[in-house]
Amino acid sequence: MTDSRPDPDSLLAQVNEAVGSRAYGRLKIFFGAAAGVGKTYSMLQAAHERKAEGIDVVAGYVEPHERKETEALLDGLEQLPPRISDYRGVKLREFHLDAALARKPQLILIDELAHTNSPDSRHTKRWQDVEELLAAGIDVYTTVNVQHIESLNDVVAQITGITVRETVPDTIVEQADEIELIDLPPNELLQRLHEGKIYSANQVAQAAQGFFRKGNLIALRELALRRTADRVDQQMLHYRRDHAIATPWPATMRLVVGVSTNPAALHLVRAARRIAAALRAEWVVAYVETPTERQRSAAQREQVIQTLRLAEQLGAQTVTLNGERAADALLLYARERNANKIIVGKSDRPRWSKLLFGSTVDSLLQQGSVFDIYVLSGDAGEQTPLPIAPFTTSSTLSEYGWSIAAVAVCTIVAWVISPYVDLANSIMIYLLGVIAIATRGGRGPSIMMVILSVAAFDFFFVPPRFTFAVEGLHYLLTFAVMFVVGLVISSLTVRRQEQVQAARIRERRTAALYALSRELVSVGGLEQLLPVAVHNIYHTFESQVIIFLPVSSGRLQTWGSVSGWMNSINPQSIYAPSTADQGVAQWVFEHKTMAGLGTGTLPGADALYLPLVASERGVGVLGVRPARRQRLTPEQIHLLETFANQTALALARAQLAEDAQRTQVQVATERLRNSLLSSVSHDLRTPLTIITGATSSLLETGQELDPEARAELAQTAYDEAVRMNRLVANLLDMTRIESGAIQVKKEWQPLEEVIGVAIARLEANNGLVQHPLHVDLPDDLPLVPIDAMLIEQVLVNLIDNAVNHTPPGTPISISGSVTDSAVKLAIADRGPGFPAGSEQRIFDKFYRAEPGRTRGVGLGLTICRAMINAHGGQIWAEPNPGGGAIMSLTLPIDGAAPRLSITE
Amino acid sequence: MPEQPTTTAGALILIIEDELPIRRFLRATLSSHGYRIAEAATASDGLRQAAALQPDIIMLDLGLPDRDGLDVAQQLRSWSTTPMIVLSARGQESDKIAALDAGADDYLTKPFGTGELLARIRVMLRRAAQATRTDSGDPVIRVGDLRIDLALRQVWRAEAEIHLTPIQYNLLRALARNLGKVMTHKQLLREAWGTGYEEDSQYVRVYMSQLRHKLEADPARPRYLVTEPGVGYRLREEPPPTT
Repeated sequence: MTDSRPDPDSLLAQVNEAVGSRAYGRLKIFFGAAAGVGKTYSMLQAAHERKAEGIDVVAGYVEPHERKETEALLDGLEQLPPRISDYRGVKLREFHLDAALARKPQLILIDELAHTNSPDSRHTKRWQDVEELLAAGIDVYTTVNVQHIESLNDVVAQITGITVRETVPDTIVEQADEIELIDLPPNELLQRLHEGKIYSANQVAQAAQGFFRKGNLIALRELALRRTADRVDQQMLHYRRDHAIATPWPATMRLVVGVSTNPAALHLVRAARRIAAALRAEWVVAYVETPTERQRSAAQREQVIQTLRLAEQLGAQTVTLNGERAADALLLYARERNANKIIVGKSDRPRWSKLLFGSTVDSLLQQGSVFDIYVLSGDAGEQTPLPIAPFTTSSTLSEYGWSIAAVAVCTIVAWVISPYVDLANSIMIYLLGVIAIATRGGRGPSIMMVILSVAAFDFFFVPPRFTFAVEGLHYLLTFAVMFVVGLVISSLTVRRQEQVQAARIRERRTAALYALSRELVSVGGLEQLLPVAVHNIYHTFESQVIIFLPVSSGRLQTWGSVSGWMNSINPQSIYAPSTADQGVAQWVFEHKTMAGLGTGTLPGADALYLPLVASERGVGVLGVRPARRQRLTPEQIHLLETFANQTALALARAQLAEDAQRTQVQVATERLRNSLLSSVSHDLRTPLTIITGATSSLLETGQELDPEARAELAQTAYDEAVRMNRLVANLLDMTRIESGAIQVKKEWQPLEEVIGVAIARLEANNGLVQHPLHVDLPDDLPLVPIDAMLIEQVLVNLIDNAVNHTPPGTPISISGSVTDSAVKLAIADRGPGFPAGSEQRIFDKFYRAEPGRTRGVGLGLTICRAMINAHGGQIWAEPNPGGGAIMSLTLPIDGAAPRLSITE
Repeated sequence: MPEQPTTTAGALILIIEDELPIRRFLRATLSSHGYRIAEAATASDGLRQAAALQPDIIMLDLGLPDRDGLDVAQQLRSWSTTPMIVLSARGQESDKIAALDAGADDYLTKPFGTGELLARIRVMLRRAAQATRTDSGDPVIRVGDLRIDLALRQVWRAEAEIHLTPIQYNLLRALARNLGKVMTHKQLLREAWGTGYEEDSQYVRVYMSQLRHKLEADPARPRYLVTEPGVGYRLREEPPPTT
C-alpha cells in the first residue's frame, strides 16, 4: 500500500508526540561503542555550552572514573549531592532523584543510563529515574554504551563473550530526542587505554585482555555506527512522512512471537525485537498455556513472566493464550490479529520426541501457509534448561495411593474371572482401572497405574505365575502394547480433564469480570461501589485489597478508614498499607503508572499498586497484596488491570454523578437566591419607602398638618413596619428551615391555646379589624404533640393569608375536628378562592397568586408546609363549597397523652 | 385602669441597651410620659449606674456586646430588688425563661409597641409600691368583671360565683397575686403543686385550659388569661373590652 498523504491517525500520533515532548523534558543520549570513547567528556562540554547560553544546568550524577580531564570539566557546574545508600553495610553513591525533582533545573546530567540502582531506591534502574525526570519536564543529558542496549545484548555477548547484565530498553533510546554518537577509532581508544586515561594502571592489562581487544572494539564500533545510522534512517522516514513525500510505504505489519518456558525465549524476544524494529512492525509476544505448560514448575513459570516482562519493556504487546496445542493457538491468534509473520524458537527437543508427538514448528509450517514463519535458533548460550517440574506438583500422595488400590482391585477382579475368560480380557480390566485413575488422579498417578498394571499382569497372570519371568517372547509384545495403550488412554483422559480445568479457569475469570462489571453497574455512590470492587478483587485474586482516593489536596487517603464502609465488607479482604506503601501509592497516583511488588518500580513494596485512571484522570489507586508475597502472573496482572479499569470507570461515573448533582443543587440554590433577592428587595423596599415617606412628612411638615392627617400618616408607617416585621420573621424561618436549623420540640399542647396565641398576635397589630373571625372547636379536642411556636407561626400565616386575599368584611372561620390518630384544623374564607389548578403550586417557594395585587414574598405557605411536614402532618388547599378557600391541616397524635397523675 | 399614674411620675428608668436608635425611641417615649431616663450602652456601665443611681426600673437588653445579658441579670439581682424588664427577640424564649428564672420580673419581645411598654412599666411600679407597704393590701383582686377574694378563696365572674378545684384555684391565685406580670410554667407549677413538678409544663397547660373554660367567654380568644408563647402565662391587668 502506498500512502501519498499521511493518514490522520499517524498525524494525530505525531501531534501527540510533539505535544508530549513539549510537556516532557527532552532526552539527549551521548552514545558510544565502549567505555572511554569520551561520552561523559562530550556531555560535560555540551553542558558548559548550554550553561553559557543561560540554561539552568545541574550535574545530577557524573561518574568521574578518576579521569582528570573529565573532573576538570565538572568545575563550574552545579553538582547535585548524591544519595548515600547503605546496602548491607556497603555505602553506595546513588543519584538523588528526589533532590533533582525538588531542585528542578532546566537540564540535568545523568551519567551511565544503564546503571542498576541500589535495592532501596525507588526504581530498580536508572533509566526509570530518567523517565521520571523527563515526565517532570526536566531535560536530561545522559550517556550509554552500545552493549547496554537491550536488543543488542545477545549480539554483544556473542561478539565479546561477556554478558552484560545492565541494559536499557530500546524504547527509551528510541524516544530520545537526540542521539550524539561519540566515535573514536579502535586504535586511538586502545592508545587512550594504555595511557591510563580510561582505567587505572592495574586494570589496564586485564581490560586489554578481555573487553578491549581490538576485534571487539571494531565490532562494537560497527554496532554503534549501524544503530545510529538506523536512527538517522528512521528520522529520514519521519521527515518524509511529515512532509508527505510519496514513498513506497510498507503496510503496517504485525508479528506474533510464540514463546514458551524455554530459557532461550529471552533471546528469541530480543531477536524478534530487532526484526520488528527493522520491519517497523507492531509485535505481539504470545505465551501459549498448553496443558503441558501448566505442568511446569514455579521456576519455569517465573521464566515466562520474565520473558513477557522483557517483551513489554522492549515495546511489545504481550498476551497469554489458552490452547491445546501451541501451534493452533498461535495460528488462531495470528489470524484474529491479522498478523502476517510468526516467529518461534527452534525446539531443542530430541528428534524422536518430535516425531512421536509432533513439533510446534512442523505444525506451523504445515498449517500456517499464509504466514511467513520465522524459526530462530534456540541458542541458549551457557544457560541451562530449567528442570521440568516433578510429577508431584499437581497430584497428592493419596492419589498415588488410589493408583495402588486400583491395581489391587483390578487384580482381584481379574483373578476372580480369570478361570472363565481369556487372558487378554484381564488386560481390559486393568485398562478400565487406568481410565478411572486418569479421570480423577492426574498424569503422575495414571502413569504409575499403567506401570503397576503391567507389572501385576505379568506377576499374577502370565505364566509362570507369581514371578516376573516370562515364558514366551510374544508376551513382551503384549506388555509393550498394554503399556503404550495404557499410556495413550491415560494421557488422552488426563488431557481432556486438563482442558476442562482450563476452560473452567477461563470461565471463572470471565465470570469474575462479568460479575464485577454487573455489580458495579447496579450500585451507585462511592460507599456502595468500593466494597463491591474490594469484594470481587479479593475473591478473584485471593489477595487483600486496599483502595486509595485523593482528597482535596491531591494527597491520597485510604478510603474506608473514615467513612464506615468498612462495616459492609469482610475485614479479611482488606489490609492496612505501611507508610512506605502509602508512599508507593502516592507515586503511582502521581505518575499513573503501576508500581510495587513484581514490577520494576519500587519492587520492595508489600503489594502491587495500580492507578485507577478514567478518561486520563487519576481517580485513585488500587493496592493488591497477594498472600505470602507471591507475584502475580502477567495474565493475572492484565486481568487485574481490567478490574482496575472497571473500578476506575465506575468511580469516575459515581464522582461525575455526585458532581452533577452538586452542580444541580448549586444552580437551584443560585436561582433561588436570585428570586429571593429580587423578591425580598422589592418587598422590603416598598414598606421602607412608605415608612420613610410617612415619617419624613411628619417630621418636616408635621406642624402644618391637621391631626387627622398626622394620625393617618403615623398609622400607615406603623402598619408597614408590622408588615415588614412579619416578612422578616418569615424570611428568618425560611432560612432556618433550609439550613436544617429548625428543630421540632414537641410537647403535648391544647390547640385552643395555640390558636388563641395566633389570633392574639394578629389582633395586637390590628390585623383582624376588618374581618370577623369565628373559632369553632369541639370541647373534647385532645392534647396534640406539637411545637407550639412553629404551629403558632403556621396559624398566623394561614389566617393572615386569608385576611390579605379576601375583601374586608368577609368572615374567616377556624374549625377543628378529631379523628382516631390526628386532629384536623381548617381555615375557611369567603374570598375569591384560589385560581383553578393552583392548589399545589401555592405551596411552592415564591409563588404568588396575583403578583401585582397582593404583597408578600410568597414564602408563607412554603413555611407552613415545611413546618407541618416536620410534624408528620399534611396541609392542603381546597375550594370552599359556598365560595372561597379552605386551608386544611392535620396534626398526628403519636403516642398517648400524658395522664395527669396529680390528683386533687 | 389608670388609678395611680400620678404616683409613678418622675420614676427613674435605667435603660441598658447597646442600640442607640432603640435608646432614643425609649427615651422619647418614656420621657414624654413623665419618666426620668438614665442610659447605658454596655453591661459594665449599666451595672455601675444601677449601683450609683438606684433606679426604680431597669430595662435590660439581653444581647449586649460586652457581657451575656443573663449574667448581668443575675448579678443585678444579687444585690438589688429593683424591678427588671428584659428586652429580647422572638425565638429566644429559652433566654427569656432563663432571665425570668434569674430574677428578671418581666420581658418585652422586640419589636414592641408603646402601649405594651407602658403597661409593663406601670405593673412594675405598682408592684414595687405594694411591696413597700407593710400590709399585704386588699385581699380582693378585681380584673374586668372578675373578682377574686383571696381571703375567702372565692372567684366571681360578673355576679356569679365560679367553682374551682383546688389546683385551678391555686393557679389563679398565683396569677392574681402577680397581676399583670408574666409567670413562667415553672413558677406556676411551684405555686400550684409545690416543688418537685417544675418540669411538667403540660400540667399547667391542661389546668389553664380548664380555667379558661370556666372564666373566659371564648376560651380560644381569652381576655384575662393570656398565653405568653414558650414562656408562661399572665393574668392581664387591663383586659380589653369585650367585642
